[in-house]
This record gives sequence, structure tokens and C-alpha cells, in this order.
Amino acid sequence: MPSFVIQEKCDGCKGQDKTACMYICPNDLMKLDKGRMKGFNQEPEQCWECYSCVKICPQQAIEVRAYADIVPMGGAVIPLRGSDSIMWTIKFRNGNVKRFKFPIRTTAEGSIDPYAGKPKADMSKLSDPGFFNHDAPVRTMAK
Amino acid sequence: MGSFGNPEIVEVQSDILIIGGGMAACGCAFELMRWVPEGVTVRLVDKAAMERSGAVAQGLSAINTYLGEQDPADYVRMVSNDLMGIVRDDLIYDVGRHVDNSVQLFEEWGLPIWKQPGDEEKTLKEGGKPVRSGKWQIMINGESYKTIVAEAAKKALGMDRIQERIFIVKLLLDANESNRIAGAVGFSNREDKIFVYKANAILCVAGGAVNVFRPRSVGEGMGRTWYPVWNAGSTYAMVAQVGGELTMMENRFVPARFKDGYGPVGAWFLLFKAKATNVKGEVYMETNAEMLKDYPPYGLAKVPATCLRNHLMMKEMREGRGPIYMRTDTALQALAKSYEEEFGSKEAKKKIKHLEAEAWEDFLDMCIGQAGVWAGENIEPEKVPSELMPTEPYFLGSHSGCCGIWTTGPSDLAPPEWQWGDNPPEAGKDPAPGQKNYNRMTTVKGLFTAGDGVGASGHKFSSGSHAEGRIAAKSMLAWVLDHKGFKPTLSKTAKELAEEIYLPVRNWMQHKDYSTMEEVNPHLITPKMLQTRLQKIMDEYVAGVGTMYVTNEQMMEIAVNKLGELKKDSEKMMARDLHELMRAWENYHRIYAGEAHLRHMLFRKETRYPGFYYNMTYNFVDEKNWKCFVNSKINPATGEWTAFKRAHKDLVTKP
Repeated sequence: MPSFVIQEKCDGCKGQDKTACMYICPNDLMKLDKGRMKGFNQEPEQCWECYSCVKICPQQAIEVRAYADIVPMGGAVIPLRGSDSIMWTIKFRNGNVKRFKFPIRTTAEGSIDPYAGKPKADMSKLSDPGFFNHDAPVRTMAK
Repeated sequence: MGSFGNPEIVEVQSDILIIGGGMAACGCAFELMRWVPEGVTVRLVDKAAMERSGAVAQGLSAINTYLGEQDPADYVRMVSNDLMGIVRDDLIYDVGRHVDNSVQLFEEWGLPIWKQPGDEEKTLKEGGKPVRSGKWQIMINGESYKTIVAEAAKKALGMDRIQERIFIVKLLLDANESNRIAGAVGFSNREDKIFVYKANAILCVAGGAVNVFRPRSVGEGMGRTWYPVWNAGSTYAMVAQVGGELTMMENRFVPARFKDGYGPVGAWFLLFKAKATNVKGEVYMETNAEMLKDYPPYGLAKVPATCLRNHLMMKEMREGRGPIYMRTDTALQALAKSYEEEFGSKEAKKKIKHLEAEAWEDFLDMCIGQAGVWAGENIEPEKVPSELMPTEPYFLGSHSGCCGIWTTGPSDLAPPEWQWGDNPPEAGKDPAPGQKNYNRMTTVKGLFTAGDGVGASGHKFSSGSHAEGRIAAKSMLAWVLDHKGFKPTLSKTAKELAEEIYLPVRNWMQHKDYSTMEEVNPHLITPKMLQTRLQKIMDEYVAGVGTMYVTNEQMMEIAVNKLGELKKDSEKMMARDLHELMRAWENYHRIYAGEAHLRHMLFRKETRYPGFYYNMTYNFVDEKNWKCFVNSKINPATGEWTAFKRAHKDLVTKP
């Protein structure tokens, strides 16, 4: 289900040289049409439907339309990703709607301090098994 | 300033170069930066943005490898059986004994991990008991799994050591020292720049391979592959091209998943106890159980090898008893009934609602497309079953597959023939004894890999790939410290390398005005058509979905010729912009990954993985002659392939 950009909602990330969707797409699909200042998916048949662009768009201008060669039309799966949880709205072709909310992380975004409170590496153990933060030697196989 | 066709050339020197930004790369970055002393330089280059790159980009609903109290030797036994006996016990054990440390970090960084009642406030590290969906798997709320792991890696590295949107397309050997890595070259897909890196040690972790075979959906749905569509076999192709030895490239993964969306089935089988049946409602794992006896001991284990489970399913499909259904309906109805009996109807309703949310989360965390298929088809899983389908084949070394690169193992576990350093083994020969060993080094000096790159050691999954990247980090640093005097020297100038990389752009500029239609021109082939041709060859001759995974020796020999012609034509690929240049190089990598697979399949005179593929010339497992590794390498000077056997060895006792 390729992502698509809703014309009315997209502001081209306000004329910056790089839009949020271009920044994030793992497959380099999102492109900015500089004439219209609108983003678009330049290669829909290479879209994995990972929703990275949908989740990151600050205008919520990106949605996904199910693959036309597979899925009957009219359904939609729409996320709203917050800082600690994500809300999903699933609209079925027959009009039914389901909503789910799941946690996504327990710490504030950007708050990771990777080595805080962690031991320093002991260079004498560089060639031993185990990581710098292992507090006991790792197991070895019974011979 | 460069322009399209005349890119600016940027030369970068870094002691350690990490190629890729997925789980293994993030693990490597995190571990490395704690060890790296002043003066040793590090650089990470990712084709995409680390925040959402690699196989975990979308998220995951489970971490499939967390050992807890379990013995790594039991983990080795499980992996070995699932991969039909031919794996490297040393590598698997090594992942098993390290992996929990990474998972505990993920939790500390903010990944929500499900706990058993009463343990909700306890971390794994504090002894909190996780909710297991299988013996080795734990359940998570994993929408942000990759963003969390990437944040830690990016912080550890610092943004000045990271370059995103640069696609490395070739590794470079040293001009003076033979079989020694010296650098890599790639291009930006954002600006007209070529980057030439010189390095002392390189970690090549650019994922597995997808869309080498024709996918089941060929329209818009072509992108809805089970493994990420951007995995182009770059790891295998680039390492093979510099003469790195490959192993078990005949292995492939064909997961049986919900049809069309390829959504996960694990939760349905494991949490909800759903059964897969043929059209008549017969459970083929029971009715076809006799077939498992043809493949001892792999079919006789409590959980038979994944390929054999496919094998039993495919019999039903071939003999016209499809579709295969996941009986979500009967499973949920049975659960509802047992809840009602146990807890009363009010409580049962609440529990079922919770269960339903869990089932949907399984899709929404890692395969949103499947939720879209169910929405479009009005699927109510409690009322109707859903079809299952085996996917097109993929190559990977981290999930339930084991193709990849032949590497050293840990010094304390690997037998002498799996350890080397300054004198890697030649094709089919053992390494010279007495060398200092560098764990996870390929047979090219200074070139390391992890994750999908390391062969003969599947089932590491996301967490094991992260841990393996950390293992490689330490030995890369040891390598660099032991080889401080090395001055990487490239045999080609930066200008020559730039010309090679921009060939598809040159082709386009030279011939574009010959015809009136951009995409039909006798001098040019679009990357897309080249990919389609590759997929047609692989599908029709090398046991793709079109032949129900069946081939034979003659068919594969035809494919060798056809791939040879395709490789020649790849020199005529065109690129009209940087995005298409990326596709051109990805598909060039896909050809090499496909060719490696084909040559290994041809060499192995048996069918080791029934249910993944059938070589009808040798449709049996031959334990006597073929319980061995099949390895291969390319002569980097001539481009010639050689395939050969390496002896298998069990390091833990097995049934």
C-alpha cells in the first residue's frame, strides 16, 4: 500500500531543502516537487508500507492507500504517533472502525545517555569474550 | 560543487568504517565507542536514515532471541535443527551468550518489554520475567524499536562521525598487500558527490537480499515483500567481489505468512494456539506427519525444521487441497469458550478484547500492510479464517536462514580451522596455525561482518544482530591497534572510481537522444527492467514461486548462462537521476547475490532444504556426502567463481 501525500495538507515542510518524509524514508521514495512545494512518493511499487513517512509527517499529510493490485478499495489504517504511545484507527471497507492504542517507549525521545552509569572499558579484556558492561565473564562451552 | 554527471569527489580517511545503519551497525557503534582510544577514527555510512533503516525500520512485536536462564548450548541445538544441521555452533553459541546484554540495554533505553503479572515494575536485568511467545522469544511494544536503538548508537558516535544517504557500492582492496581491505566507495543520493573511503578495518553490514526472485505481487504490491524491499544483497555482493569467502548461499528463507500482506503468524500459532489447515480443515502437520520421518533427525524434533513445515504444507497446495488457512476463527472461539468457563462471561469479554488488541498489534508493530489487507477485505479474525502463503525466496543470515559470509569464530570456542588473522585460509584449505584470531573477520584481511552478513549462524534476529555487531566492534578495534602502521593504498584513482560508479549516468547522457522514448533504447536498459529480467530468470529456473520452488540441474545450468548475459548487460544500465543510480547499483548487487545462490545450489548435490527449494535431480538429503558447508569465492582479478566443501563439525552434542 503505497503512501500518498494529501495535496491540501502538505506544506513541503515550509521550504526547507529536505522534507521530513524525504529524511526518513528507508527506500528513498519521497521526493519534493519544488514547483508545487509538495512531497510525493516517486516509486509506489517499491513502498514497503513501513509508515515511517506517515508517522513523521508534521502535517499528517501522508496516508497509505492499499496496493491497488491486491486489496479491495475503501479501507484505511491511520496512525497518530505521540511521544510515548501510538493510536491506530483501522477503517474497514464496510465502514466498521477499530481503534487501538499501544505504548511505544518508556523514556523521553532524545533522553538516552548511552554510557551514563556504565563502567569504562577495560582494555586488557579487548580480545576476551564479553562486552564492556558485562559484570561477570560470559559463559563458555563445556568441553 | 558537483553536478549530475560531474560529481564532486570527496576522499575520507577513517581507521574503522561501518557500512550500514541497521541493528548490527548500531550495536557495533555503541560497543566500539566505549573502547576506542584517542586517535582511532570511526565513521558510519548509511544508505538511509539510521532512525528508520534496516530490517527493523518498521518496528517489531517481539524480540526473538532472549535466552534468560536458558543454556546457550540448547539455543545452538534449536538453531542447528531448524537449519537442517549445517551451522557453525561456535558463532551461534557466541551470540547466545552475549545477546541478553543487548536486550537489557534496549529496555533501559526505553523499549517497552512485556512482563508476567506481578513483574510489571521489574526490568529484565532485575529479574523481571518476560512474556514469552515461544521458548526463545519475548513480546514487546516495538513500534519504536529501531528509533530507540539508533538513538543510542547516534549518541555514542556523535553526528560528526555519521553520514546518512550515502550508498556504498564497492569495497576496495589494497594495492600493495594482497587480500587486504583498504577502503570503499559510494555516492550520495542527495547531492552530486562521490565518497572514497580509506580504512584499516571495515564492518560490512548492509542487510540481506530481497526482490532477487520475482515476487508474488508484481504491480504496486511489489514492495510488499516480507523482508525489507531495500535489502539488495549489497553485503554478499560487495564482500564476494573482493574475494571474501561465502558460505551456505544455497540456503534461502521462504516464510509461510498471511497471504498478500505477509503479516506475522507467530502470535497466532504460539499465543492463540491457532492451527493451519488445508481446505478440508485437516491439520497438515498431523495428517502429513509421516513425511517428517524422511528427514531424520531434523523432522523428528519437537519443533521440526521450518523448511520441513513448509514441505508438509506444500504437498497440500500441489495436490489441490489449498488454500491453506490459519484458523483464527476456531482458535479465538475456543479461547473465548475456555475463558467463559473459567472467568465468567463479563471477565471473558474483557480478556478477549485484550487478546484481539494483541493480535492487531502484532501486525501494526511490524507489518502494517497486513492490517491494511484485513481492513480492505473486511476480515474479522474471530469469524473467518485467513489464507497463508509461502513467500518468494529471500537471502538472509539473521532470521530463519543461514546464508552469508564465512568468518572466524570466538577464540575460546572455535576449532583452529575457524580462526585466523593475518593469514586467512585459501579456498578449501585450513588456515595456517598459530595466528592471532579476530572474531567475525571474513577471509579478507581487515574486513568484518555481522547480522545478515555472517553465514551458517541463523536465528540471531534483531537482538542477536545487535550483539554480533558489538562482538565485531571489539575485534575490529584489536585489528586496528595491531596494524597501526598500515597505510591503505588504492589501486585506482578517485577519478577512476568515480567513473565506474557514474557509468549508468554516463550511459544515459551518451545515448539518451538516440530514441524518442526514454525507456526503449537499444543502448540502454533501465534498472527496473534489469531487475525484472533477473527476477524472471531466478523465478523460472532457480526454484521461485512460479515452479513451486522446484528446479533441477539442467535448469540451473541454463540460469548460469542467462545470468552471465545479464551481468554483461548490466554495463548498459542507465540512471536519469541519483535515485535511479541507487537502483542501478542495488540491482547490480542483486545479480551477484542471485548468482551466488544459484552456484551454491548447483554445487550441492542434494535437496538440503525441502520446503524452501527442491533440486529434482537430487531430491533427497544426503547426510553422508553433504553434511558439510558449501563455500565459494570469486577471484577478484578474474571474476571467476569457485565452489568447494568445508567440513562440518558439531561442538555441542545433538540428537
